[in-house]
Amino acid sequence: MKRIITASAFTVAATLAFAEDVAPDNVVFSEYGEVEASLSGQAGDPAAGLQIMVSRGKGNCIACHQVTALQEYPFHGDVGPILDGVGGYRTAEELRGILANPKMTFEGTIMPAFYRTSGFNRPGNAFTGKAAEGELAPLLTAQEIEDVVAYLQTLQD
Amino acid sequence: MKLLFRGGVVAGALFAALAAQADEEANLVINGDIEITVRTDAPEHVAQLGTIYSGWVFRSDETQSLQMDDFENPGMIFVDDAIDAWNTVDGTAGNSCAACHGEPESLAGVRAVYPKWNDEAEEVRTIAMQVNGCRTERMGAEAWKYDGKEMINMEALIASVSRGMPVDVAIDGPAQSMWELGREIYYTRFGQLDLSCANCHEDNYGNNIRSDHLSQGQINGFPTYRLKNAQLNGVQSRFRGCIRDTRGETYGVGVEELIALELYVASRGNGLSVEGPSVRN
Ligand code: HEC
Ligand code: HEC
Repeated sequence: MKRIITASAFTVAATLAFAEDVAPDNVVFSEYGEVEASLSGQAGDPAAGLQIMVSRGKGNCIACHQVTALQEYPFHGDVGPILDGVGGYRTAEELRGILANPKMTFEGTIMPAFYRTSGFNRPGNAFTGKAAEGELAPLLTAQEIEDVVAYLQTLQD
Repeated sequence: MKLLFRGGVVAGALFAALAAQADEEANLVINGDIEITVRTDAPEHVAQLGTIYSGWVFRSDETQSLQMDDFENPGMIFVDDAIDAWNTVDGTAGNSCAACHGEPESLAGVRAVYPKWNDEAEEVRTIAMQVNGCRTERMGAEAWKYDGKEMINMEALIASVSRGMPVDVAIDGPAQSMWELGREIYYTRFGQLDLSCANCHEDNYGNNIRSDHLSQGQINGFPTYRLKNAQLNGVQSRFRGCIRDTRGETYGVGVEELIALELYVASRGNGLSVEGPSVRN
């Protein structure tokens, strides 16, 4: 009995958290591309953010960025700037905006938008090469964006 | 060149774990005999590149060396298969390729100028389209699958007899509108990652994306034998793979968009040598 109650309590919490997510199309960017408030309404978890940064199926951020603190994870790319110290010179609002849609901060950038679901040319069904069916999911969830923001804030010189 | 050094020197010093960097100054001579131009001045219509490079330049020393000797190049096995097909009679007319063309060497120079406008058909034709034209019209044989094994093998044979000759694809005259369509597609962003060919192969060649060392995406080396899938790969299949990797919806092989893109990308390599079948990873 206790177990059942715990499980349903979790379900309610998860639903609530989801309901509070800002939908990708509703994210408000400032003139400079910042996003003011948490996308999930929750604080980010830096440890979860680290895993998202390095996993190919998630953020795969090190595909393009070098991060000295992540040196134990192989193959850092060099298409984007080194992120060492980025938590010191960028605010959480700036980082959240860059992750959600970096084109609002860097015009014409190669960096993909991790929280955007519309406005694409020939969107596919993940990496199948086939046309997408139904609505696209963002590359990262609202909470995952917050987790990565929290991790990036730990990168201080 | 600046880009190349930034990738190699800075990244290499910082991260020992980076993928092995090739000798980007190396020159390619096949069988100690066929000199391949792997870097040269960019043609006027892609002056922004300054210098154009064969994809060979960006591969590891081991991969590079496989292409220096036909006995080590796994792609040459398929050239032998294609020589058999070349001599085999097929179709209702009782012809083989050899019946009309003699030795495969008679097609030296062909790879260098394709895709090419065909006056009679009034269309830009890839080599695959031309081969199927011969099969259906002159041999009374069935068309081969556009990127099937027989076709890619034959393309490897046709490329191999032009090795060392400079790519020289015509971009004006009746081919111009297809070329312009191809250029438009090259700069169009695809998929949920929202990336164009140019984002990777013009803006970032010489840099690494994870463990991939980005080349200029030239097609002078096609078909390519890839160590990754241990087979010969056609140009348009490669394009499809790159569009798929943007989380995009690809095109089918042989459609107008990919023919146009093939013409345009081929022209970006005008001046490099034909080097197919090449070896890549
Ligand atoms: C395909 C390449 C690519 C990927 C993948 C990528 N980025 Fe970027 N990123 C860039 C580039 C390039 C820039 C520089 C902006 C510009 O001028 O285009 C950048 C800029 C940034 C900046 C700003 C740095 C500064 O100095 O201001 C941050 C922060 C950042 N990226 C974080 C991330 C994170 C976190 C991820 C993964 C969730 C990620 N990036 C994935 C290419 C990429
Ligand atoms: C996300 C980055 C990315 C995009 C976008 C991309 N490619 Fe590629 N491409 C690669 C990688 C990585 C390779 C393998 C390494 C190399 O040869 O550059 C590759 C390889 C190639 C090759 C093989 C080159 C050789 O020497 O064998 C060709 C040709 C090519 N790409 C063409 C294209 C075209 C045309 C487009 C646009 C339709 C495109 N690519 C878009 C990443 C990309």
